[in-house]
Amino acid sequence: MGLKRQKTASPYKRPIGGQAMINLTTNSLYGAGAFALTMWLAACGAQAAIIEVREGERIQDAVNQAAPGDEILVYPGLYSETVYVDKDDITLRGVVEGGNWPHLDGNKQLNDAILYSGNGFSVEWFKITHYKGNAIMGQAGNNFSIRNNWVIDSGVYGIFPEFGENGLIENNILSGIEDAAIYVGMSDYIDVRNNQVFDSVAGIEIENSRHVLVEGNLAKNNTGGILVFITPGLPIKSSYDAIIRRNFVLDNNTPNFGIPGSLVSQIPAGSGIIVMSGDEVIIEDNVITGNDNAGIIITSQDFVTEIATDTGSDPNPDAVQIRDNLMFNNGASPEGEMKLLMLTKFSTTGPDILAYQGATAAERGSCISRRNAYRTHGVEDWADCDSPTIRANDAIAGREPNDSTRALATKMLPEPAAPRVINDDVSGAEIVYQGICAGCHAYNVRLIGPPTLAIQAQYGEDAGSIAAYIANPEKKRPDFPTMPRQDHLSEPMRHLVAEYMLALTN
Amino acid sequence: MSSLLSLHCRPAERPSFSIVARMVRVPINQTKAAVHRLLAVLLVAGLIGPSVVKGESPAAPEFLLTDTCPASFELHDGGCVLRSRYKAYRSLRDAGVGGLKTGVPPLREGFTPQQIDLGRYLFFDPVLSADGSVSCASCHDPAQGFADGRAQAIGIDGHTLPRSAPSLWNIGFFSTLLWDGSKNSLEEQMQGPLYSPLEMGNNPAQLLETLNGNDTYRALFEQAFGTDTIALDQVYTAVAAFEGSLISLNSRYDLYAHGYHAALSEEEIAGLNVFRSFVARCAECHTPPLFSNQQLAVVGVADSPGEIMDPGAEAITGDASQRGAFRVPSLRNITRTAPYMHRGQKSTLEDAARFYTGGRGHEVPEDESLMIHWHIWEPQLTDREIQLLATFMGALTDEAFMPQIPTAVPSGLPVTPARQFASGNDFGFGAQ
Repeated sequence: MGLKRQKTASPYKRPIGGQAMINLTTNSLYGAGAFALTMWLAACGAQAAIIEVREGERIQDAVNQAAPGDEILVYPGLYSETVYVDKDDITLRGVVEGGNWPHLDGNKQLNDAILYSGNGFSVEWFKITHYKGNAIMGQAGNNFSIRNNWVIDSGVYGIFPEFGENGLIENNILSGIEDAAIYVGMSDYIDVRNNQVFDSVAGIEIENSRHVLVEGNLAKNNTGGILVFITPGLPIKSSYDAIIRRNFVLDNNTPNFGIPGSLVSQIPAGSGIIVMSGDEVIIEDNVITGNDNAGIIITSQDFVTEIATDTGSDPNPDAVQIRDNLMFNNGASPEGEMKLLMLTKFSTTGPDILAYQGATAAERGSCISRRNAYRTHGVEDWADCDSPTIRANDAIAGREPNDSTRALATKMLPEPAAPRVINDDVSGAEIVYQGICAGCHAYNVRLIGPPTLAIQAQYGEDAGSIAAYIANPEKKRPDFPTMPRQDHLSEPMRHLVAEYMLALTN
Repeated sequence: MSSLLSLHCRPAERPSFSIVARMVRVPINQTKAAVHRLLAVLLVAGLIGPSVVKGESPAAPEFLLTDTCPASFELHDGGCVLRSRYKAYRSLRDAGVGGLKTGVPPLREGFTPQQIDLGRYLFFDPVLSADGSVSCASCHDPAQGFADGRAQAIGIDGHTLPRSAPSLWNIGFFSTLLWDGSKNSLEEQMQGPLYSPLEMGNNPAQLLETLNGNDTYRALFEQAFGTDTIALDQVYTAVAAFEGSLISLNSRYDLYAHGYHAALSEEEIAGLNVFRSFVARCAECHTPPLFSNQQLAVVGVADSPGEIMDPGAEAITGDASQRGAFRVPSLRNITRTAPYMHRGQKSTLEDAARFYTGGRGHEVPEDESLMIHWHIWEPQLTDREIQLLATFMGALTDEAFMPQIPTAVPSGLPVTPARQFASGNDFGFGAQ
């Protein structure tokens, strides 16, 4: 059964062919992107396609068929596959009809539901259940958008962009995840907004990432609600500039069911927000209640044990700001270490706010507002967030002084992160020639293939013949091996490379 | 913006030749070109052999350093600079790790063609060792992926070394060197084997004396560095320059990464998806594009059944949490470098992959307490998935830029390895 490929615009699609109006989303991701797309379509006279997938068909077939800019509409029904997207600017959009979702189910047999590496990837409106690895995982895709997905009991991480820049994770509902439901790993400029995460070990984890806004999420009934970590042993070693704002962090008391050996398996149940080693984290305007261990924990890498030291990783949290938060009924039943710690303060209950293990020293530059409103431990030496020093730090960071991150709408980039392309021009041809052809063809030396000079002698200025030949080579010279096909290069690029080769003079 | 998008909509007609010619560095000298074409015809006809190419006359000195950069390198401001499509990509925070279209870390490059070529002679010349019996190539044999095919390397006088010789492909991209990660530069690293009594057995004074006592080397170092006395730093620089030229970034995987998806078979793509899945988690440490994140990791492979003898990074740092920690090795050209792991404990790629599904610490003896890496878990990979992983790793093979092994070295000693590398390469992609 073939997939239906339409060349007409759909009501789901951003308008194309002249108008730069955007009806798809209201977020800032598509501002410049839609304009670029429009310009491209106007210039090329091509039209992005809509590819429809219905139950019984494979979503992957649609992806294989899709070109950058295309949108894949998946209709309600059960799908059981791993979908991988190694192209740029692909949109996977579920069509929900009368409450029926397109449903990706891994039967606890398949590894991941969706893997992507392309830039400009969007995925939305899918129900994803019972995969072993991740529901949605990105590796180095920039300018991504993951919205409106519903993920249940789907392995290690629910949504996990890694090595990505400029992305949005919004309006997703995730539960029953063995590690972090939403995990932003080694990424920059990410917004995590309005998601609901529950019944997981960690609700939202920001790890070794920078410029992140976590806002308006509901993190409930996890072991730990929201985490900002610097994990040792990773190749990108910092985590800073995160704003945790206007979230509901409620009753995160689920017994830890993390995978043995994982870092989150060491999180004590009842932990609302944990900052481990993260720097410049601002926690503001959250509602943090009913977390039985503690509401907010600020700590160093000593928080986790059984992990090899990484000398390139700064273990201590710096410049954490705990501003106004509503905290209520936290610490009803502190766990192990916390319990002992509180006993030293003659208390049998945990605190709203705990700083310890390298987080307490004044010189780390952390601050707290209205400290007397909370039950705290370890923040005695912290500055008041309204102090001149903190105001000066705010000024350096470009924030409004005093208490306001409130005016800041997003941590995403105003323009999409620059694409990664080799141009179909002379500069691209030079890269291709030197990066591939030069392995076998030297100017006047016999390597694996004949010298460039000999090829110049044979073809003169006839680049077209070379371009045709290299797409489908045949054995020509008895004393040389057959050349490998170069049809991985586009036709224009084959031509440009041929011309480049014929023009070489040394 | 427009450049990105032009990729898919450029009209088929070709730009005029004159445009291209103008962009090329030197205009074609018609007379010179004609002569060269005649030469080329003769070359192809086999009338003149490769030994007199590069414009050398038969009377030229026996050892003349080339003024041409190695394959895929271009002369730029006097130094050889790599041209690779990977250099057109960015990577997050320039860390050189990520996914398919991700930039490589900074390369040790910019050395002159002469320095690289001198390094090539030094690399293959046993004169660097105390008794002229061992060269760098003895353990880093081009025919064996610049490793030696042994579980544990063998140094001077047949000494068996505790660890396996690592491959040198792409080593110029690495800033964490050696299995224990204890060195950060090639210059620093190579002094280990040069002066270790178990490896090459030399000492700085003797090495300098030997080289300065060799007229050919003095002439070659003068060509490469412009000084008439050889200094140790020049030795290190030249060998590092050569090592930095060992580039393998044109495997079939790379064609896939650049966007040519037909380069990989269905099975290999399935293997890639297992490789990067969060079940197998291979890509979390063997991260593209180098297939190493250059971090230390404790994976807990026993040295022999029931025994951890090699403390790894702990021996360097004294930090007990780093006991058994080794640098994540690259997987490029991995099919060439069996057996695997720091002591060659796993004889096949399947064995190596299967280790990771055996459970956390399943080889760790009871009296040991290792801080096993958090990514080691029980993924319960099926036999088919193990097979797919091995199949995918086979797509990481590219030896197209194999350097030429010198037929003779300035010391007059026999070139090692004695076994010459077959001149073919496993270019591999396309029709095969």
